[in-house]
Amino acid sequence: MARYIFRRLLLMIPLLLGVTFLTFAIVNLIPGSPVTNLRANPKFRPEDAARIERQLGLDKPWPERYARWLGDLARGDLGLSLHNQTPVRDRIAGVLPNTLLLTTSSLLLALVVAVPLGVYAAVHHRSLFDQLATIGAVAAFAMPTFFLALLLVILFSLKFKEWGLPALPVGGMTDARGGGGFFDRVEHLILPALSLGILQIGAWSAYIRSSMLETLAQDFVRTARAKGLARPRVIYGHAFRNAFISLITVIGLSLPGLFSGAVIIESIFAWNGVGRLTIEAVDRRDYTLVMGTTVMFALLTMFANLFADVMYAVLDPRIRLD
Amino acid sequence: MAQAQPSERPAVAPRPRPAPDLATLGRAHLTQTPGFYRRSWRRFRQNKVALVSLAVFAVIVALVLGAGLISARVTGFDYRENHLADKLKPPMTDGYLLGSDGNGRDILTRLLYGGRVSLLVAFLSTVATLTVGAAVGLVAGYFGRTTDAVLMRLVDVLLSVPSLPLLILIATLYQPGPVGLALILAAVSWPGIARIVRGEALSHRQRDYVDAARVVGATPGRIIARHVLPNVTPIIVVFASLSIPDLIIAESSLSFLGVGVQVPTPSWGNMLGEATRFFRTNASNIVIPGTAIFVTALTLYLVGSGVRDAFDPRLGD
Repeated sequence: MARYIFRRLLLMIPLLLGVTFLTFAIVNLIPGSPVTNLRANPKFRPEDAARIERQLGLDKPWPERYARWLGDLARGDLGLSLHNQTPVRDRIAGVLPNTLLLTTSSLLLALVVAVPLGVYAAVHHRSLFDQLATIGAVAAFAMPTFFLALLLVILFSLKFKEWGLPALPVGGMTDARGGGGFFDRVEHLILPALSLGILQIGAWSAYIRSSMLETLAQDFVRTARAKGLARPRVIYGHAFRNAFISLITVIGLSLPGLFSGAVIIESIFAWNGVGRLTIEAVDRRDYTLVMGTTVMFALLTMFANLFADVMYAVLDPRIRLD
Repeated sequence: MAQAQPSERPAVAPRPRPAPDLATLGRAHLTQTPGFYRRSWRRFRQNKVALVSLAVFAVIVALVLGAGLISARVTGFDYRENHLADKLKPPMTDGYLLGSDGNGRDILTRLLYGGRVSLLVAFLSTVATLTVGAAVGLVAGYFGRTTDAVLMRLVDVLLSVPSLPLLILIATLYQPGPVGLALILAAVSWPGIARIVRGEALSHRQRDYVDAARVVGATPGRIIARHVLPNVTPIIVVFASLSIPDLIIAESSLSFLGVGVQVPTPSWGNMLGEATRFFRTNASNIVIPGTAIFVTALTLYLVGSGVRDAFDPRLGD
């Protein structure tokens, strides 16, 4: 197992090289630089442009800058933000916990909802509940994250307030006045996590359902039934344990989408995370910060995938990783 | 026996065929097994959900194509016409059938023209995604070895980053029009189909018909285009029909964030993005374009699943 993890970590290096090279090329092959925005200022002289570009190191050809940036990365240094000279690493480290909180809670929420939903639908195959669950899953596929988020805000924040019901906050991570307690944080987390998780709820419950249907038809389940085991024992102890393992691969595959969704959700709910930082960095043409967040997203995806593969091996003894 | 020459064959006169009567000829097509696509279409026609979805989608397309006519005859507004005195009208007031937006523009008119842009971007990007993805997948799968390794590592790289930050980055820097946006979406979405087509092409490469084509001297280009491609087409079609809704949502996400289709050109995404500023007072401005995206993506998704089920050979007739 340790050898496998080590090999996977080594394999991440070329992938990360590819991602950073691609991003660096995209950012630098385009005309315009952080200095371009300054030209709108009438007091700005052409000499200033050259001077600032030299100070920021932008006068060198981009392959040379990429090599230097890589060297720094190897030492764990992501450079300074072009916008305000703060270390990119600190900027990302400051907001990364927020993104992790949002994505993991939405992932857990999706699991907690999707698994019972899928199992129940499969056990009650072709029932009304099953059909409704299938329709719901299809609707979740077609629902844009941002539209769902806004609908939830309109309903649970605005309308609930109008109707005098307990309303959820519109956005932000804590209440500006006297916030920051545990319940305040949870209250602010509900809507973003739910909007982000709905796609996964749809996809995973549909997957669990079909996987359970397949497992329930297998011989070992019939044997378990035939020897007189209680129904819950057959469903949860035998069938579900088998059906669940393959869900882990599906979870691993949906992670890049989860992080993409986080970018949108963070910007709608004013959630101070890596996604929001990315949009801010792109807006300001803050190249070093953009590179930093890209590396961060790539690392998050790769580690999450590795984690999914390792979990798969831990839960299924038939799988050998070495 | 194996060496049998034509001349050694016993000279048997060909059995005289019974004279074809017109009744049998007329029914000849019934005794023949219909082709793959014909059988798939038959299966598709039996899928009521998919058929209804296709009809709904056809209505959406008709409305969107008729945008000019509807704007001239029904709404009486141009999509970029500002009436600042009439901004944020609720639906069904003062001639604004679906209300007006923050600049006093008619929402129904913008919805129809915006649909043109959204659908155009989605279809162009689907075509581009398929072209690039299928070409890369076919070449990698057919040639194998180094070609395959290099192309598939590129695919791995693109699949290991979340696509939206990358899209935001490229779209912000290039500030593309609708066609450019479609190409950018394709530039990020082709690896998925490339990986699938490559897997198929790999398995077809070793089949007898490819060997036969090679033996008679067909060039690799011809084998890929004329022999392998038709065999992987069903998979490409299924993938395409299931990825159109995703691309519609991707375009609207970018436009929603303000880096996709730029105002005053309307798209469902940027209409929704602009409407978020007024979400406390004018929820309908959010609900209307959002529903348009949702219904379009939903019908396309259901049609796509219909196509997938129709093409799935495991289901049989």
